[in-house]
Amino acid sequence: MSGQSHSKEQHGVIDENLRRVYQEAVDEGVPDRFKSLLDQLKQQDEEQGKRE
Amino acid sequence: MSGSDPRDELVEHLPAMRAFAISLTRNGSVADDMVQDTLVKAWTNIDKFQVGTNMRAWLFTILRNTYYSSRRKAKREVSDVDGVFTESLAEKPAHDGHLQMNDFRVALGKLKVEQREALLLIGASGFSYEEAAEMCGVAVGTIKSRTNRARAQLAELMGLNEDEAMEMTDDATMSVLSASKVASF
Repeated sequence: MSGQSHSKEQHGVIDENLRRVYQEAVDEGVPDRFKSLLDQLKQQDEEQGKRE
Repeated sequence: MSGSDPRDELVEHLPAMRAFAISLTRNGSVADDMVQDTLVKAWTNIDKFQVGTNMRAWLFTILRNTYYSSRRKAKREVSDVDGVFTESLAEKPAHDGHLQMNDFRVALGKLKVEQREALLLIGASGFSYEEAAEMCGVAVGTIKSRTNRARAQLAELMGLNEDEAMEMTDDATMSVLSASKVASF
């Protein structure tokens, strides 16, 4: 094995793990609380808009 | 407000924001609080977002600022936030060549937060060095060296290097150094 491929391999292992850790978090999905928070914020704005 | 509301796009960025927050803090509930604060800030400050620019980068900037300000606050309350985290993550990394995700997580958790952040922005979230530099308010070279140090340290922690930590400045140096090291065996 050449030094170059050793380094690349090392790099690849890190990047692959990094992407997996990250992807796992992405795949967890988003808890409902965030979508309801956005709905709440929207509603708040709409009510304020009506009053103005 | 006319036409499309940029706030309608916020929801699309939620999974990425959350993944970044979780990977950065290694703590689901801290991460979710960060994301929640960021959403409220983004919503109420949407007039500061320039339409046509990268919304994800803008959101990540708010997200990391939220993180660092809550971290500063926590530091005033607890003497060593990092120490507490590190302690709970202290495990011996495996050296069997087959890397488990958990070993990687532990190693990632041991990095300095600035290095972990840079690596996550570049290696996982897909931002350019320039974007990451702007988000973090540092020079492009700083982001590059943080990423390289992060990689070098991860390699060391996971036993990918046979010997001591290397002082990396850039990718070219890294491959040259590794090459000469292997050649000398």
